[in-house]
Amino acid sequence: MRATSSRLEKALKADGDLKLVVYMMAGHPNRKKSVEVAKRLAASGVAAIEIGVPHSDPLADGPVIQKAGQIALDHGMTVDACLELASEVSGVGAPVVLMSYVNPILAHDPRRFAADAAQAGVAGVIVPDMPIEEAEPVASWLRSASLDTVFMVAPTTAPNRIGAICERSSGFVYCVTLTGITGVRKDLPAGLKDLVGSVRERTELPVAAGFGISRPEHMKSLRGIADAAVVGSAIVAEIDAGKDPMPMVKELLKACR
Amino acid sequence: MSHPVRGRFGPFGGQYVPETLMGALEELEGLWHEAKADPQFQLELAGHRHAFVGRPTPLYAATRLGEHFGGAHIHLKREDLCHTGAHKLNNALGQALLALRMGKKRLIAETGAGQHGVAVATVAARFGLECTVYMGTEDMHRQSMNVRRMKLLNAEVCEVTTGTRTLKDATSEAIRDWVTNVGTTHYIIGSVVGPHPYPELVRDLQRVIGDEAREQYLQADGKLPDAVIACVGGGSNAIGMFTAFLEDRDVTLIGVEAGGSGVKSGKHAASLVGGRPGVLHGTYSYLLQDGDGQILPTHSISAGLDYPGVGPEHAFLRDTERVEYVAVTDKDAVAAFKLCTRLEGIMPALEPSHALHHAGVLARQFGPGGRILVCLSGRGDKDMDSVESYE
Repeated sequence: MRATSSRLEKALKADGDLKLVVYMMAGHPNRKKSVEVAKRLAASGVAAIEIGVPHSDPLADGPVIQKAGQIALDHGMTVDACLELASEVSGVGAPVVLMSYVNPILAHDPRRFAADAAQAGVAGVIVPDMPIEEAEPVASWLRSASLDTVFMVAPTTAPNRIGAICERSSGFVYCVTLTGITGVRKDLPAGLKDLVGSVRERTELPVAAGFGISRPEHMKSLRGIADAAVVGSAIVAEIDAGKDPMPMVKELLKACR
Repeated sequence: MSHPVRGRFGPFGGQYVPETLMGALEELEGLWHEAKADPQFQLELAGHRHAFVGRPTPLYAATRLGEHFGGAHIHLKREDLCHTGAHKLNNALGQALLALRMGKKRLIAETGAGQHGVAVATVAARFGLECTVYMGTEDMHRQSMNVRRMKLLNAEVCEVTTGTRTLKDATSEAIRDWVTNVGTTHYIIGSVVGPHPYPELVRDLQRVIGDEAREQYLQADGKLPDAVIACVGGGSNAIGMFTAFLEDRDVTLIGVEAGGSGVKSGKHAASLVGGRPGVLHGTYSYLLQDGDGQILPTHSISAGLDYPGVGPEHAFLRDTERVEYVAVTDKDAVAAFKLCTRLEGIMPALEPSHALHHAGVLARQFGPGGRILVCLSGRGDKDMDSVESYE
């Protein structure tokens, strides 16, 4: 048992209510607007905000987040600019989690990336194409900068791997709800409760469910099962359509209670 | 040439994929090791290689080409004579047999030039499996004949309109399909790229090229060639050819990348000559990328070489200096295509035309008596439009 729990751990642990984590893409629809949106999201009562670092080849993402990342890159978004954005948002309210594919981190140099992210006030990092076997040296640098590294469990993860993933994870464990890529789905998969349950048996960290979650009824069905729900593509689609994502966030927050 | 870390060639390789795929990669690795050691599987594979693919392919003495280049002896390993017209079928066949062993009923693939897509569509038809091939809009346009072939073979060809709309984006889209349908679907990656165990698996299935060629060469000439040359996109025909010669330290091995408009112009696809290491499509290898780790657009007249990454074993062979890598431009490849067609009556694909050009450069250096073996990885019918419309 660790003596202290991290910012993310505290923020995401359900306290009767389900916690909401929102995702947005840095630099989408442009740099200035994404800073505004990020600040408002961070102050909206969400438990954490995930900020996506755009990548040219996002293997785990569906069309909505792919498009947002491409728009951000077309507007000249860089890793440095993402870290600047994070530093502007990190004092506002909810802790900031960076979600980046591994290659931008390697290109930035993992040691420098960890130091810069810590300097920017970031709480943790999720790398969707970095399974535990490939976690070094990135995870060590993140740890030495006191940043959490969040690993993912998927419906296809064998039971004997779940324990190892929970062991390596800090901040929270990200439970991928479905076998697939990010994007809005109508219903959540039937096996979700069992999957979250088998993660919970192996860790005291908060468990966040993500991928495919977009509706208040999804949130309701996750209450009492997961500690937190991550909503990404649905928020990004609102931003992409030029709409204010706040009404959606408010509705999702209401469904948490 | 040992690589003690599982799934790594020195520092290169690995499994940089979403967690969802880790189970399937482990299953594939285990199954391949089992199948490789199973005499029944090997017998079955050998039978299909002979009757369906048409192996062994011949070793051919390109005497007029040799004379043209100053009298060196140039031999061609005729992978263009494989059924469907390229070495790609060696890999597609082996992996289809694995899919049957796993009980998976659906095959997916990415394709650039269309040769790998055609190979997978062909084995899907042969074994009664469903097939979906991802292909970029740009490539569907420049390789329309292969699109028609795949459709006639009853494959679904999915147009990929994202990013550069070529092989890179088709590969990303195929991986996303696999992430979604991993329970029912086997992904036949077309080259020695992607996450472990693919670079090893595809090498094991392609090494038949070099194993045959080495034996044929020894039989014909009594000794080994001075140099062995193959083109490198992802690098499967080259690894297939080089593997048999890695321990023959006197044999110079040369991989030829797509130099496009010239490596200095920035418009090329030569990741080993002009790139630096990073992660693309699940593997750590040399890549064309910007300072922020974003993958750069590539250019080559040859759709099959138009890829910003390269197999991790090539990255290892480059850094350990066992293989030398060079780049050949579009212009020189087109000239070599025409020359080989006119002098030998063999129309090579644009991909190995890059290797043929370099064979000419080397032949002039060696002079009469020089002995060069080239992997002629595929036939060129598919490239007639590209060659005719070049300049």
